[in-house]
Amino acid sequence: MQQRVLKQLTQGELIGFLLLAAFALFATFVSAKAWTPAYAFQTSLMAWTAAIAAFLVLKNFYDRPAQLPPLEIDGKPNYYLAPVRFLTVASIVWGLIGMSIGLYIALELAFPHLNFSQYVNFGRLRPSHTNSVIFGFGGNILIGTSFYVVQRTSRARLAGYLSPWFVAVGYNLFLVLAISGYPLGITASKEYAEPEWYQKLLLTVVWVTYLFVFVGTLMRRAEPHIYVANWFYLSFILTIAVLHLFNSPTVPISLFSSKSYIVWSGVQDAMFQWWYGHNAVAFFLTVPFLAMMYYFVPKRANRPIYSYRLSIVHFWALIFIYIWAGPHHLIYTALPDWVQTLGMVFSIVLWMPSWGGMINGLMTLSGAWDKLRTDPVLRMMVVALAFYGMATFEGPVMAIKEVNALTHYTDWVIGHVHSGSLGWVAYISFGAIYCMVPWLWNKRELYSLKLVNWHFWISTMGIVLYISSMWVAGIMEGLMWRSYNKLGFLQYSFVDTVQAVHPLYVLRALGGAMFLTGVLIMVYNLWMTITVDELTQAQAGRPVAPALVPAE
Amino acid sequence: MSMMSKHAILEKNVILLAVAAVLAVAIGGLVEIVPLFYVKGTIEKVGSIRPYTPLELEGRDIYVREGCYLCHSQMIRPLRDEVERYGHYSLAAESMYDHPFQWGSKRIGPDLARVGGKYSDDWQRQHLKSPRSVVPESIMPRFGFLFHTPLDTSDIVAKLKVQRLLGTPYTQTDIDDAQKDITTQDTDNADGAADLAKRYPGATSRDYAGVANKLTEADALIAYLQMLGTEVNFKTYDDKANIR
Repeated sequence: MQQRVLKQLTQGELIGFLLLAAFALFATFVSAKAWTPAYAFQTSLMAWTAAIAAFLVLKNFYDRPAQLPPLEIDGKPNYYLAPVRFLTVASIVWGLIGMSIGLYIALELAFPHLNFSQYVNFGRLRPSHTNSVIFGFGGNILIGTSFYVVQRTSRARLAGYLSPWFVAVGYNLFLVLAISGYPLGITASKEYAEPEWYQKLLLTVVWVTYLFVFVGTLMRRAEPHIYVANWFYLSFILTIAVLHLFNSPTVPISLFSSKSYIVWSGVQDAMFQWWYGHNAVAFFLTVPFLAMMYYFVPKRANRPIYSYRLSIVHFWALIFIYIWAGPHHLIYTALPDWVQTLGMVFSIVLWMPSWGGMINGLMTLSGAWDKLRTDPVLRMMVVALAFYGMATFEGPVMAIKEVNALTHYTDWVIGHVHSGSLGWVAYISFGAIYCMVPWLWNKRELYSLKLVNWHFWISTMGIVLYISSMWVAGIMEGLMWRSYNKLGFLQYSFVDTVQAVHPLYVLRALGGAMFLTGVLIMVYNLWMTITVDELTQAQAGRPVAPALVPAE
Repeated sequence: MSMMSKHAILEKNVILLAVAAVLAVAIGGLVEIVPLFYVKGTIEKVGSIRPYTPLELEGRDIYVREGCYLCHSQMIRPLRDEVERYGHYSLAAESMYDHPFQWGSKRIGPDLARVGGKYSDDWQRQHLKSPRSVVPESIMPRFGFLFHTPLDTSDIVAKLKVQRLLGTPYTQTDIDDAQKDITTQDTDNADGAADLAKRYPGATSRDYAGVANKLTEADALIAYLQMLGTEVNFKTYDDKANIR
């Protein structure tokens, strides 16, 4: 007699379906009564997504076997990789969108006639650029790699069946809403926290689910110790939650309006904002990318982490000290002086734990330095660490009051941000993506290391062009603003500086275009890696794993 | 190695690790932020700061919507060149009713903290419509569309109510008359101008954008720009009384 397992909706499927369906109805209702067309569009987008998701939950139930996928197959963990694949692709798509917008707004600053419509004006597009590169490109690859790394280093399947998908899809819905909202005029105007109240609520729900999935996976780990990369991921998830909650309490003027006012005002709002803003840099753009470094650099170099003790010391020092550094964004403003001084001092102290991470990463290559000649992927990650070291030295310098008096409000800040974000964040992500894509799609190798090499050199030159033009522009602005003529009058009017930086703005756009070109090469390479059938290639006489050649 | 072996306790327990991480990041934030709500002198005592009039508030919301803060700061630092270029350094009190604050972080264009009254309405109109016709080297986008977009005032009561909930001292009259106040403030020689100026000291009523018989978004934005930084009379302001 054949044993039959009765197929039943799991609790998660039932609750998920009901909640999604109820939310779809609710969002439809709000959409029908919305005060503005933009808000009606956004709420109906939410309604449609929830309705389709509810349908997919049911469809998946009818299509799936009676038993959910097992945690282990033949004693080996049955890793849950489909959400990771989705997040990796989403990251690359958002990267392309965000960097293209970035190039466009860079050109707008050089050629103002490109501001031809209210929907593409610099002021409306700039948050779309920052949000799609930071939260779209960065956020997706962070969640993606964290789901990958936590499974591998815990030797356990990801917790949850539908919830990882809820995190992946919900997070991307949040991105679509936020990033399409800015050109339509929906913004809370807090830098890097521009999403409006309903978008922030959605993010909150997604983020809490993310925490549960991550912690749930750690709890079922087969390894006694939690691997160092996961400390960084965990503190990223927790701290971003705290920052988000305190920088976002906002009162909508109506359920049917996208407009809201933040609870804080003036100087307190400024302090909350830059406590958030700087720690978005810290806990979004640094801590979890260090987690990535702690997994992918040793994997690729095939060497153990240089120092376990250093990783402990620099982890705790980094997260404790980073949170204090926010006020350096408000030096010489109306923020009380004692807070400014605290911010400056901790920013300088921060230099050491930052370099602790860099040293630990670089020294991991001890005994494997020769790989830099043959492996452009590893080289990309090592250069990422070098940029990390440079930006974390530049930052403390700029936080010194006397230096800040010159650099604040200038393009030097833009240059600093991009040496960190292009050089460190994007490069370590590219490294991780190049490592992970063949693993995720069961391929032996990347399609072409030569193309990685092209990507590396074109984008490196792009970064150098970008940051050096911004250094020059920034220092020039700072000096021109404060220069006096012989009679004791200000020497330059403001618009003189606007005119003076024009050539540098053109150069910056060129640097950005080169960086974007590099990404396009990466996309082609990954596309070929995923789609080309290795077996056919081998039969056609092309070696499957090409012989290693020096990659200068 | 005893400290390192003790660390293993955290490495083996997710909850303890999470609690320790949250504690580590909580301290800095608590020390730097909480006192700002209690320490006297964080916000100077300046009697003349008033809430925005409904028209100015609508203008401010347009300023936020268009992302003006991304190129224009509203925070003059106490440095010689800034004070000479833009005027008296900004006081914390001047943004006490700003939800959210608009201090900005980058000057692609000049600071606007004290732009109010610096240029005529006519200049502002021309400059918004076509910046390069007034300042040839300017790289500012054109905002001509504001002059043919009617100002939507249907949500102003809801806006003032939320502002009052958050502590901005709007009176019941302010809220009841909000719609009327908008029309009054945008009319030359308006009947209610004196009453408006009594409830909002220093508020002037005139047709800001100069679009005949129409209330546009440009009216609100120019009304907001023209009051920026004008609330404190620095001839009589005693900065020694507010030393932080």
